[in-house]
Amino acid sequence: MTAARVGAAPRRVGGDARVSGRQQYVADVHLPDELHAKLVTLPVARARILAIDTSAALAVPGVHLVVTAADLPQPMPRFGPQFEDRPVIAVGETKYHGDPVAAVAADTKDAAEEAARLVRVTYEELPAIVTIAAALDPAAPLVQDPALRPNDPLSGTNVLREHRVGWGDVAAATAELVVENRYTFPMVTHFAIEPHAFMAAPDGEGIAVWSSIQHPNWLQKVIARLLGMPLAKVRVFAPDPGGGFGGKQHTKYEPLVAFMALRAGRPVRLVLTLEETFQAVRRTAAEIRVRTGVRADGTIAFQDIEADYLIGAYADIADRVVGKGSYPGCGPYRVPDARILARSILSHTVPSTAFRGFGNPQVNWAVESNLTEAAIRLGIDPLEIRLRNLARKGEAFIPFDTPCDGTWEQAVRRAAELIGWGMPAPAGRGRGIAVGIKSGPTTGLSYSTVRLLADGSVIVYAGTSDMGQGARTVFAQIAGQELGAPLDAVTVVMGDTAVVPYDQQTSASRSTVLMGNAVLAACRDIQAKLRAMAARLHGIDEAAIVVDRGVVRLPDRELSILDVLRPGLGRLGGELIGNGEMRKDAEPDHPLGGSAAFFEFNCTAVEAEVDEETGDVTLVRYVTVSDVGKAINPLQVRMQDEGAAIQGLGHTLMEHYIFDEAGRIRNLGAIDYRIPTSMDLPLEMHSEIIENEDGPGPYGSKGMSEGALLCVAAAVAGAVRDATGVAIRDLPLTPERVWRALRDRP
Amino acid sequence: MSEMSGAIPIELTVNGRRRALEVAAHHTLLEVLRDDLDLTGTKECCLVGECGACTVRLDGRIVDSCLVLAVEADGGEVTTVEGLAPESRLSRLQGAFLDRGGVQCGFCIPGQVMAADDLLRRNPHPSVPEIQEGLAGNLCRCACYEQITEAVLAAAGEEER
Repeated sequence: MTAARVGAAPRRVGGDARVSGRQQYVADVHLPDELHAKLVTLPVARARILAIDTSAALAVPGVHLVVTAADLPQPMPRFGPQFEDRPVIAVGETKYHGDPVAAVAADTKDAAEEAARLVRVTYEELPAIVTIAAALDPAAPLVQDPALRPNDPLSGTNVLREHRVGWGDVAAATAELVVENRYTFPMVTHFAIEPHAFMAAPDGEGIAVWSSIQHPNWLQKVIARLLGMPLAKVRVFAPDPGGGFGGKQHTKYEPLVAFMALRAGRPVRLVLTLEETFQAVRRTAAEIRVRTGVRADGTIAFQDIEADYLIGAYADIADRVVGKGSYPGCGPYRVPDARILARSILSHTVPSTAFRGFGNPQVNWAVESNLTEAAIRLGIDPLEIRLRNLARKGEAFIPFDTPCDGTWEQAVRRAAELIGWGMPAPAGRGRGIAVGIKSGPTTGLSYSTVRLLADGSVIVYAGTSDMGQGARTVFAQIAGQELGAPLDAVTVVMGDTAVVPYDQQTSASRSTVLMGNAVLAACRDIQAKLRAMAARLHGIDEAAIVVDRGVVRLPDRELSILDVLRPGLGRLGGELIGNGEMRKDAEPDHPLGGSAAFFEFNCTAVEAEVDEETGDVTLVRYVTVSDVGKAINPLQVRMQDEGAAIQGLGHTLMEHYIFDEAGRIRNLGAIDYRIPTSMDLPLEMHSEIIENEDGPGPYGSKGMSEGALLCVAAAVAGAVRDATGVAIRDLPLTPERVWRALRDRP
Repeated sequence: MSEMSGAIPIELTVNGRRRALEVAAHHTLLEVLRDDLDLTGTKECCLVGECGACTVRLDGRIVDSCLVLAVEADGGEVTTVEGLAPESRLSRLQGAFLDRGGVQCGFCIPGQVMAADDLLRRNPHPSVPEIQEGLAGNLCRCACYEQITEAVLAAAGEEER
């Protein structure tokens, strides 16, 4: 028996199934009579679809269905979390390399693949927009049909939306030093090891949908609207995703598979290949121009930021990424005058979506690098300039938002100490330091139901998706501690909208705080019932009874929860049911629609060695320190922090999509697109946390899953600059790019 | 090209059990394990031998089962993650993965465990660089590499093979 204790690091709930191969991901689930689907795509980015001949495909034995736009309801149903701009399947025109024009369903994978190859599409290739500059050219073709955005003055351009935020008066601000630079951030993909998988099956008068999705309740709404069904007739099964990172937040091919299943009257499954996931999800690329004004004493006078984000052909959640990601662009500093303009720019590329960090790493890369440059030019230590400007707890560093909610300086000082900041670096090595913040969720709604069964064991219902962050374990620890159950006697049920109460979403590092509070509230509800039960059993006033962490305290003695529960439930047994709700309402006048539930704060410090002959960057030592409020599970916190850091090394050192002029992706798949492996790790890695129990979550916790990724690039590039004297402002820092920069060093 | 037309009889011993199968000439060992034998612990990701999610043991060495045709494995002895520990118990290595925090989403883990098991068979007391090199063919996007390395070290420390 493992005691459920907050602050402990038990084996992950669900871990046994994961190490023994018993964990079932969507692709491992099979339904009787299922059909296998395969997408039909074109070897071009943008094309006008002239004709689709499905006869040869339909003639393949075992093929039941070939679906094109003509086979779907008219007008084409569209969906999207921000704009309903994405068709279920391409209609009239493909808008990016991989945009499906048809889909086949057959008895076997082989038949589906063969038939997909035999769908003959006559098309005319059209020029594709794949860069920011091309998209902004007044002569550029429009990516999106202007009719989708009536009454929008921008609908005649490829700018989907502009986001402006600021305070003070940048135009009037002056400073002794103004550092102005342009930075670029590459287009990268999530590369979850589990390719996205979808399944749908007719289910009585409704439909059942399986998806490796982070937001099952959101998917339920989308499917219900598209099919005209009541929510109660759409059952979404969301087995734990095999990695999400934001890429599995929103609906992708579930509507297509649902229409196919209804048409076929049979279950239809679609398991993407890794290449197809590259054509389904990616991070927004960005170009950021920043002017930083700094006074001679190193205090920041102003920040003037223009960030152009290259989003894809359909908006998905990308415009929210742009708005919310650029919003805290000035960083965790006291900035008297600020102006931020961010634009979502449409292109004929894969729809970009949420990706760990949610638009923050892009601007952070520019602004933190600029601050390092300001420090160097003023002769101030890069650590010192950060400490001088860092917001103090309670300070409204973004005037209209949640004030600074941590003692952030502690994380910065600890990271500096661990990297040996201030000690001379060995020859050929340099050090860099950077900080990152991210606004937590701006709205939220999570419900949880907890059942305390007659033997003291506990079932927790929580609509969070456990995609690796360890939400099951955290909720089991909370419920186990509050209700006195060992971890092995707690079951956490997730991923079935017919059974589990509503949860808005699993994103923005929210679940420990928002769903965690809902679970805690449900446990407190049960505790109140236990108090009433104990009062009745012992003839004492309820007010004199305290239930605390599995113990029932009467005025004269302590009882275990079971001591009260067994006699209280009586001979019929039964159970106690608790409900909890955690709501963070929208604030309509707020620029983001709501203030931050918390801030994620991280400081990263790096010592790097650069091989001048090859441009290869070796990270000799890597330090990441996050302010997490309270670690409910310190091991999982460490895994998230170190995992986020290494994931961030991907866009920092090696990852980027490569396109040809026609907009085709040239490095589809694992051979030509490299992500960090065990051979790409820092030689030494240290992660630490700051715990002041000052967060809004259970026991003072804050969300923390993204913080350690935010400032990776600026810290690494800072170390490269310190080692070589060369500032590189384009990512990734591939050996070739570093080598060229060193070669061109003045 | 329905798979029946090219069906070829093969025999495999999978996790100690003899299996007689008819497979298509172009089907990989991975497909046969997952689709025909319902051993879904072995995972499918890149299909080009780069990610390691489909790692299994074939005749005493680990292979990317996506790169091995099922007919090539005819007569072979295959161990998958399901066969690593008897019944529902965990091997010490599997336990170490959990104790050291080597598992997040878990999708790569069957492959990681198979590769680590093979490494420890060949080198019972590997150094950190040897572990990192030994597992370099197994991608983990949760990037639990530090913890996986610690897990292998811990398992090596406990195990006398």
